[in-house]
Amino acid sequence: MVQLTLPRNSKVTQGKAWEKPAGASNVREFKIYRWNPDDSTNPRVDSYFVDMDGCGPMVLDGLIKIKNEIDPTLTFRRSCREGICGSCAMNIDGTNTLACTRGINEVKGTVKIYPLPHMPVVKDLIPDLSNFYAQHASVEPWLQTVTPEPQKEWLQSHDDREKLDGLYECILCACCSTSCPSYWWNGDRYLGPAVLLQAYRWLIDSRDEATGDRLDNLEDPFRLYRCHTIMNCAKACPKGLNPAKAIAEVKKLMVERKL
Amino acid sequence: MSSDLVTKLPLPEETLMAEPKSNIERPLSPHLQIYRPMLTMTMSIVHRMTGAALYFGTLLLVWWLVALATGPDYFAYVQNIAGSFIGRLVLFGYTWALVHHAIGGLRHLIWDTGRGFDLNAIEWFARANLVGSIVITVALWAIGYSVL
Repeated sequence: MVQLTLPRNSKVTQGKAWEKPAGASNVREFKIYRWNPDDSTNPRVDSYFVDMDGCGPMVLDGLIKIKNEIDPTLTFRRSCREGICGSCAMNIDGTNTLACTRGINEVKGTVKIYPLPHMPVVKDLIPDLSNFYAQHASVEPWLQTVTPEPQKEWLQSHDDREKLDGLYECILCACCSTSCPSYWWNGDRYLGPAVLLQAYRWLIDSRDEATGDRLDNLEDPFRLYRCHTIMNCAKACPKGLNPAKAIAEVKKLMVERKL
Repeated sequence: MSSDLVTKLPLPEETLMAEPKSNIERPLSPHLQIYRPMLTMTMSIVHRMTGAALYFGTLLLVWWLVALATGPDYFAYVQNIAGSFIGRLVLFGYTWALVHHAIGGLRHLIWDTGRGFDLNAIEWFARANLVGSIVITVALWAIGYSVL
């Protein structure tokens, strides 16, 4: 349901301002959302001051520097540091993106960092993605066939393979789904842009033979049709993909199979 | 000695990462409060709001038609309200809501064909919707005033 304000236990309070590094001339301020399940207080926003002369260029570099040198309790996910694992997805400067591919100098003024929006918080910048992963599993994202397996691999023409471009690159970082107001209000029933893009990736795979069942599974006022083409997803995607277009194509398949 | 060591080792399942606490009341991360406002998102919200406003405006239109059918006295009374400054302001707003929602509808019609999804197109659509609705509304009222 639409609830524009945050619940009482989620209201963000002002946090601690950590000490500025001594003798640094090139300092950037980072304001970071903090919440610790072990103390029963509301979330807060802490201020950190990072010496940019000793810091890498990306927002993730800044976060790691804070964790190493200022506050080891700061908690966030990260792994590949090159935009392929999707772990460090978070809200930076008001939009969802990957901390490892967003340059600190792309942000004007204070670098404001929050967890992915409208998600239950595990700790600090770590959202609970269980529902997101369960929804992904619900579209059965694997090849389904009924014809006997070929001796070698399932073959596909170059043209058919090309249809997967712009889809297979998705890293499931959840930037798009958690940027979508429809997903904020109806995330329990609406599958969201990332999962629908994945659904479309299997719907148009020439080798897949479960297209009808897949469409049946999506034919639902909430699962698919809560997409209102708000377009936040396409603007957020750190891989430059367009989930809104993929969803429009799924809607078209729904119409085409009835004609 | 080695058997001692074995008994002291934790069982495999105990070495797994702790399950997240399930009884804890987790906060909801901020959403509208922190998301950067964008024209495309705003136009989507305005499309919703103008759609809702049209229900109200259409009721006013029905009221006007009912007044027309009721008789000259009541019609003159309603016409007087509609012609007042406040009445004209509401009618102007209704015109804008109608035009904005209609252009938004065309935008959705194009999207339903799978076209107009690249980032430049959506930005252009959003601007055209806003500017177009204002220009057409003002033009309609200019025509209205010049005819009357």
